[in-house]
Amino acid sequence: MPQTAFALFTAVLLLCCVLCLYRIARGPTAPDRTVGIDILGTVVVGFCALLSLVTGKDYLMNVALVWALVSFIGTLALARRLEWQHDND
Amino acid sequence: MTMTDQVGLVIIATGVLFDLLGCIGMVRLPDVYNRLQAGTKCVTLGVCLILTGTAVMADATPIRLKAVLCALFVLITSPTAAHALARAARVSGIRLWEKSVADQFARSK
Repeated sequence: MPQTAFALFTAVLLLCCVLCLYRIARGPTAPDRTVGIDILGTVVVGFCALLSLVTGKDYLMNVALVWALVSFIGTLALARRLEWQHDND
Repeated sequence: MTMTDQVGLVIIATGVLFDLLGCIGMVRLPDVYNRLQAGTKCVTLGVCLILTGTAVMADATPIRLKAVLCALFVLITSPTAAHALARAARVSGIRLWEKSVADQFARSK
C-alpha cells in the first residue's frame, strides 16, 4: 500500500512541475516566468524529501536543503534584476 | 503498517494536494500578483507538510533533523522571495488585473 501511495504522490508532484514549466514557457511577462521558477524550486524541495523517504538515502535531504537555499537566492537575484532593469530604462 | 506511518501518509497526502492546487492556481489565475499569492501560499504550506510527514515517517534521525530544518527554512524564505518578487513586478510597471479592487502600493506613494 505505501508503494502505490508514493507512486501517486510522485506522479502528482511531477504534474505540478509540468504546470510550473507551462507557466515559465507561456508567461506573458518576465515576472510571470520568475514566479514559475520560484514555485518550481519550492516543489522540487518537497520532491527531494519524498525521494529521500522512499529510498532511505540521507544525501537527498542535503540536496533538498541546498536546493531551497539556491532557489531563494536565485529568486531574490531575479527580482532585483527586474527592478534594476526598470530603473535603467 | 504502523500508526506513525498512517499519520505520516495522511500529512504527506495533504501536502501533495496543496501543491497541486497551488500549481493549478498559478496556471489559471489572471495576473502576476494573483498567481504569486496562489503559488506561494499553497505551495509553501504543501512543501512544509511534505517535509513534516517525512520527519514523522523517516526511520533515520539525520533525515528527520534535516526535514525539520528544511521546513523551517522554506517557511522563512518563501514569503520573503514572494514579497521581493511582487515588489519588483509592481515597481517595473506590471499592471494589476482590471477587476482588482485595491492597490495599497500606489496609495502609499
